[in-house]
Amino acid sequence: MAHAHEHVSNTKRIWMVFGILSVVTIIEVAFGIYKPAILHDTLFLQMNLLNWLFIGLTIYKAYYIVWAFMHLEGEKSNLRWSIVAPLVFLIIYLVFILLVEGNYVFDVFKSSQIKWNF
Amino acid sequence: MGINYGKMMMWFFIVSDALTFSGFLAAYGFSRYKFIETWPLADEVFNHFPFMHGVDAPMYYVALMTFILIFSSVTMVLAVDAGHQMKKQKVAIYMFLTIIGGGIFLGSQAWEWKNFIKGEYGAVETKGGSILQFVDATTGKRVKLSDVAIPLHEEREQLTRNKGFWFSKESTLPTYSVNEVVEGFKANPNILVRTEAIYHPSMAKNVGVHPELNKSTHKHKTILTREESLKRLADVHYVVEGANLIRNEYGQKLFANFFFFITGFHGFHVFTGVLINVLIFLNVVLGTYEKRRSYEMVEKVGLYWHFVDLVWVFVFTFFYLV
Repeated sequence: MAHAHEHVSNTKRIWMVFGILSVVTIIEVAFGIYKPAILHDTLFLQMNLLNWLFIGLTIYKAYYIVWAFMHLEGEKSNLRWSIVAPLVFLIIYLVFILLVEGNYVFDVFKSSQIKWNF
Repeated sequence: MGINYGKMMMWFFIVSDALTFSGFLAAYGFSRYKFIETWPLADEVFNHFPFMHGVDAPMYYVALMTFILIFSSVTMVLAVDAGHQMKKQKVAIYMFLTIIGGGIFLGSQAWEWKNFIKGEYGAVETKGGSILQFVDATTGKRVKLSDVAIPLHEEREQLTRNKGFWFSKESTLPTYSVNEVVEGFKANPNILVRTEAIYHPSMAKNVGVHPELNKSTHKHKTILTREESLKRLADVHYVVEGANLIRNEYGQKLFANFFFFITGFHGFHVFTGVLINVLIFLNVVLGTYEKRRSYEMVEKVGLYWHFVDLVWVFVFTFFYLV
């Protein structure tokens, strides 16, 4: 990696990443305000496409923050993996379990004989 | 791992902290899925912008906050970069800008909380615990409690500790009593009730769903007919203004709890980040790192600061966008 030599200035890349993050944020906000019906009403895996788009863009932003700003791109791959792998695995696992369970509880409330929201 | 001890430990702290935040956000997701049909719509809750009172401006303010935080992340990484080149002056300037950015973000968050806590329209709570809001019958726009309620000159004294039996007390009384709101509603035929339930076309034929006002294709809450509104109001037991940890005028109770807890926990991180940045800034100015011939401490706080920014990116998505 070029950055192993400490004295190379990275300002150009920093401003470029700032540009990317800004543009992505503006896109997110624009979609958040206009909410195109095609995306908003189409479901994929029980979530609408607009939300999938937001989550995708968020992960894209997170990638740039971690790789460029926190400079994980310049670290050795064993450090990179020891940081990224546990997070990716545990978060996907946790989110999967909790959302499936939340959905199940929703169904129980909806189809039960007890009126819980009145 | 090609990295020294301090930096590695900062990374592992960040990993554990990231898991903590993931836990919070996943719990938020759980509750949201559990109450998916009644969860408040962010666009209706966070629609304030400074100096634009009464204007519906969803997203803009929080987008601005996001920019402030991303920009302070940029100045931080520029400080780290200047540190690599051993330019003390530049490091100090960029650190200072980062601190300012963090301060502005915290102030913005305080303003956001103020609006959230104060509320705007007010609502009433039914005995079942759900929130009923008021809308204009011709436009479908929200109506404030002050435009619904009529004064009844009822006397209702707040129970305070010195008057209570065995030091019992109650929280501040709402501006209007339940009776004032309900009577005001009965007297004004141009107001309807809006429920927590997010409207879906399949509900069109349900009893009590307003035939005209629910036609918007945008996601919105269900507006009831006048008869159904009156029926629902018979069940009301509490007037809600703004938000606290027990109830909020926006809808589902958990919504405010998660908002306070997650943005509060993030704000606390920003606050400690600013404090640590101030310490490191002072050390930069005093020349501590110049003497050490290494600005690695700047890099370590930089990691923390970027992490705080990273968390905000996710909070932004899950509270305001999704």
